[in-house]
Amino acid sequence: MRFSNNISEAGVEKMVSGGVHGPAKGPLVLLRAAVTCLMMISALLAATLPGQARVVIDINKGTIEPLPIAITDFGGALGPEIASIVEADLRNSGLFKPIEKAAFIQQLADHNQIPKFEDWRVINAQALVTGAVSTEADGRLKAEFRLWDVFGAEQMIGQQYFTSASNQRRLAHIIADAIYKELTGEDGYFDTRIVFVDESGSKQKRIKRLAIMDQDGANLRYLSKGDDLVLTPRFSPTRQEITYMSFAGGNPKVYLRQIETGQYEVVGNFPGMTFSPRFSPDGQKVVMSLNNDGISNIYAMDLRSRSTTRLTSSNAIDTGPSYSPDGSQIVFESDRGGRQQLYVMAAGGGEPQRISFGTGSYSTPVWSPRGDLIAFTKQQGGKFLIGVMKPDGSGERILTEGYHNEGPTWAPNGRVIMFFRDSPGGNGGPKLYSVDITGYNERQIPTPNFASDPAWSPLLN
Amino acid sequence: MPQARSLLKSPALIALAVGLALAGCASKKPLPDNAGGLGLNNAAPGSQQDFTVNVGDRVFFETDSSALTGTARATLDKQAQWLARYTNYPITIEGHADERGTREYNIALGARRAAATRDYLAAKGIPRSRIQTISYGKERPVAVCNDISCWSQNRRAVTVLAAPSG
Repeated sequence: MRFSNNISEAGVEKMVSGGVHGPAKGPLVLLRAAVTCLMMISALLAATLPGQARVVIDINKGTIEPLPIAITDFGGALGPEIASIVEADLRNSGLFKPIEKAAFIQQLADHNQIPKFEDWRVINAQALVTGAVSTEADGRLKAEFRLWDVFGAEQMIGQQYFTSASNQRRLAHIIADAIYKELTGEDGYFDTRIVFVDESGSKQKRIKRLAIMDQDGANLRYLSKGDDLVLTPRFSPTRQEITYMSFAGGNPKVYLRQIETGQYEVVGNFPGMTFSPRFSPDGQKVVMSLNNDGISNIYAMDLRSRSTTRLTSSNAIDTGPSYSPDGSQIVFESDRGGRQQLYVMAAGGGEPQRISFGTGSYSTPVWSPRGDLIAFTKQQGGKFLIGVMKPDGSGERILTEGYHNEGPTWAPNGRVIMFFRDSPGGNGGPKLYSVDITGYNERQIPTPNFASDPAWSPLLN
Repeated sequence: MPQARSLLKSPALIALAVGLALAGCASKKPLPDNAGGLGLNNAAPGSQQDFTVNVGDRVFFETDSSALTGTARATLDKQAQWLARYTNYPITIEGHADERGTREYNIALGARRAAATRDYLAAKGIPRSRIQTISYGKERPVAVCNDISCWSQNRRAVTVLAAPSG
């Protein structure tokens, strides 16, 4: 299978301008042309600004008051669409409250113009975003934007990006990430994708297809045709590649698949069914379960040397392995003690330590990219819950509960979790949802059909 | 789960339930109109239909369990007798789970149920080399209502006969 609209090859070039302070005027000053190979982006030259009176969001508070922000229509024919994507990203994060454009007093005709800050203070905009999008002579898009601190009356950042015309949504996501980072102090997650399983057909004979889309549901495309049952796709942290389980040929195995070319291969040469795969943080290993005579243990395979290492030796079901972000440990689920519980062991194997002790059973553990939490599915009282706990098992918090919630995956900044929520009965089926790690801001992610088994990519740049 | 248990105690009722489930779910395995293990069907002895209808092609499990119940062992005893008599069918045992579990665990649980079923048939004299196993986890339910009457039908191991060899 081949796919057009090749995002990774097109790339986005970024240029960063210095801050514009006070009454200074004039065009953005380009400090650096960042033209690298395929994947772009140079060192970020943060605009240095006086430290006081800066607008910031403290995202470590228990409850978050969304920051009022004014996002103007960017200049140029594509400007309003780009601005609307930036606005949607920021609104959907739950951390920002974009102000209705009808409330704007000043109509900024030129994005290089210093705003009339008092007009924005009146409508209580804490931050203001202006920008423009234009097409270069060679057909590339150029996007510029400035983020203004309204009450501090100064520019916080001003940046400029170039990309091919097919990448316009990525331009918007990169701008939204830059704003998010400036105002929260943490990396954003808007320039990311989701790989998941698209579900169609009757519940008894579901057709399942590997699918990929932007984190906001745009640019959906299918990676498989639905001939074979496919499950649990996971992104490589370092390559345009996924690992997943497929029943191709009636022989269920873990596979690797190149996202852009569609090339695929079975992982390893194991004697039984392999399932529940996940990459190591360096992308060099796949850890998974191998079933032999009804007993499932965890193995890791080095993708370069093709050597395999057995990591657990139980007579139980050991599955759902997930590495810590430093690669030193693995969390997994096992029913060795009766019901499914979470265990942590060294990445090379060894005696696992049980970390889950609450009532009910625990499964599908996933280590946060920040390392501070492990997300899981919990079954309790006939319900399926999504929760997080610290890697030592303390501090368990439930983020959502209901008839059936399953399979969490982390945004690359470790602040947002996506999962699927199934509904009962013959006409029921799963949809994707995201929720902040505070438990707030639960949202359904738009997909055309039923959808399950989401996995969040790293930041694309 | 009294309802499920009482169902499981009666082979005739199981066959009826399975027949109803299959009919209701448009399964690829058609059953004769008078199916139901009541001995009134026209399945030719030694046919796949004979096995499905008169012997029973599936056994059921309790939640999260791969232990064979008394009813399951009785069904597998009949299967072993039939399979020993008609030796030209390659056998695949499909292990399944209900929807009230997580995906990866259910894949493993289905494998455990298939293995338990195969081991029992092997102990009854069916050569292991003749039996393949596969797990579908919760991916292929036969009954899709939202209560235990359906879930208990989905927690199953199905003995599937391929086209006769030789």
